[in-house]
Amino acid sequence: MRVAYWPGCVSRGFTPELHGSMAAVAPLLDIELVPLDRAACCGAGVIAEHNPELADTLNARTFALAQQVDGAELMMNICSTCQGAQAECQQRLDADDDYRARVNATLARAEPGLSYERGLTNKNLLWLLVEEIGLETLRAKVRRPLTDLRVGPFYGCYIVRPRERVGIDAEHPRDTYLQLVIEALGGTVIDYAGTYKCCGFPIVTTNKHASLRQAGRHLADAQEAEADCLVVPCPLCHLNLDLQQPAAARELGRPLAMPVLHLPQLLGLALGLSPKQLALQKHVVRPTSVIDWSAAVVGAPA
Amino acid sequence: MADYTLRVRRFDPDDHQGPYWQEFAVALEPHRSLLEALLAVKGEQDGSLALRCSCRAAICGSCGVRAGGRARLACNTHLERVADADGAIVVEPMGNMPVIKDLVVDMDAVHWKKIHRVTPWLLPEAPEPEREHLVPHAAMVDVTQTMACIQCGACVSDCLSLEVDPEFVGPAASAKAYRFVGDPRDGAQEQRLRDLAEDEHGIYDCTHCFSCIDACPKGVAPMDQIMRLRRIAGVDHEIVDHNNGERHEEAFATLIHDYGLLHEAELLPRSYGGNSWFGKFHPAAGLELVESLPAIAKAVLRGKVKPGQALRGHRLARGDLDAVHAIYDAVEAGAPSERERVAARDGGGQS
Repeated sequence: MRVAYWPGCVSRGFTPELHGSMAAVAPLLDIELVPLDRAACCGAGVIAEHNPELADTLNARTFALAQQVDGAELMMNICSTCQGAQAECQQRLDADDDYRARVNATLARAEPGLSYERGLTNKNLLWLLVEEIGLETLRAKVRRPLTDLRVGPFYGCYIVRPRERVGIDAEHPRDTYLQLVIEALGGTVIDYAGTYKCCGFPIVTTNKHASLRQAGRHLADAQEAEADCLVVPCPLCHLNLDLQQPAAARELGRPLAMPVLHLPQLLGLALGLSPKQLALQKHVVRPTSVIDWSAAVVGAPA
Repeated sequence: MADYTLRVRRFDPDDHQGPYWQEFAVALEPHRSLLEALLAVKGEQDGSLALRCSCRAAICGSCGVRAGGRARLACNTHLERVADADGAIVVEPMGNMPVIKDLVVDMDAVHWKKIHRVTPWLLPEAPEPEREHLVPHAAMVDVTQTMACIQCGACVSDCLSLEVDPEFVGPAASAKAYRFVGDPRDGAQEQRLRDLAEDEHGIYDCTHCFSCIDACPKGVAPMDQIMRLRRIAGVDHEIVDHNNGERHEEAFATLIHDYGLLHEAELLPRSYGGNSWFGKFHPAAGLELVESLPAIAKAVLRGKVKPGQALRGHRLARGDLDAVHAIYDAVEAGAPSERERVAARDGGGQS
């Protein structure tokens, strides 16, 4: 399937291994990525906090660009925060015809020919996997099942809350998809306290201690539940859980060694790609419990 | 009728065994409330089960408990909504507050203390009018969202910031603060905001996790009120706080204007040192840089971050950046203050 692909900023900035692994995995899932490389940052909730109409207009431009992609079935992102921040803007735009007309007028002045039409479908890779590709198809594509790999799911706030905007209901139990995907890939789901909690990243500049305590607590919980790794569909969570993990360990005063994988990396391992192709060596916490580096295959836990 | 198993987390301070789980079987129709089930247990099986309740109509705010993974009022929670496939319902006392007994938590120790902290009464602008205050209708409609709060503590229970920072002012008190900040009769708007912005456990301590929005049984959406408090503090009153809250927001908005995409390596120093290229030379930014050096060094070592690329940042192409600038110019020029935004909702008619 052809999708208008929004990689977000951080996947091309401080977590380049995310963008790279998505590009590597896409053909194996028959996803054709048409990158929206003309679009601006989603604002991550911060621009909406500053001026909601500014965030809405910037994202309306992104949506309009996505709607111009020939043959794209929908827009796809690989970041929980982009998903949530864009959904919030889309909700305001879709709810009010007059407001949308005003935003579109600004858009047309800024870039003639651009206009957002109500009702774009924008899905995080996780939702696309379960709802568009399907778990059966995914299971059939697995070439190297993640047998005995104990994976802790970590969603990121923006794709599990608020439930109404996220669209979690009986038909779309989106707060279970990570577990379903881990199982479909042959892995073992680890039940630990952090799955639906906040990584703490948004307050890393305003209250660093609290931010690191949040990240550290979830990592420690996963460690105590004997997880081999966590998997996240959000690069901002990844920054606080992986890049900041040594700092979180200092904050907690206890050692932490919990590898954190981006969702496309976990997919890639199961679909037969090598750890190198997925740039797993770029993580701050080396996924040694996930990978037997000498043989470059998924290894059994220690 | 359906069979349910209530798995209740119990605690009695007088016996010294600590908290424990106890299961009770109840048969009730699926649309009956969790409170009815708990009262059936208390009435028919174990009179020692402690819980608070009064109105049974989601008005008094007494019966907050944690069930089905989050805080809710037992009285407006249908059994079928919190039971798993086997009819099991896990019921716990609310979180972030000390447990007094079973499902009864100490609201005074946490919730009410925080409410008192935000001066929860009107500080009218002097001089008082001779007769009633005349205020825009829309402004009062606006604060009714926060006035809908019934002080049940569900948002406090599920706040993920409070979990790691018990001193955080928290969602309920922040919503209460907005109730007065948004009230046109109040004369202490700036003082209230400065207080909450400068407090290192104030409005900039919220992680934007949406837990309080999902927990609130009355649609108060405390997190949304916190974001509005930040906007009024930072944008309308230009309060530059010591917690980097305003600087972070300003720097973020400026960088997206200048680059179109997030420039992480500029955002951090500017959040600490001030919103310009020179921000990184401010002592506060330097201090943060020294603290972050191990993480930065590791990221460079792993090839995750390339120093040259990180310092240059990513920028949209010229034409796209022009469009972004035009959007900023159009939307930011003459952007209404939050009060004007509210007043515009119904044309600002008087009531």
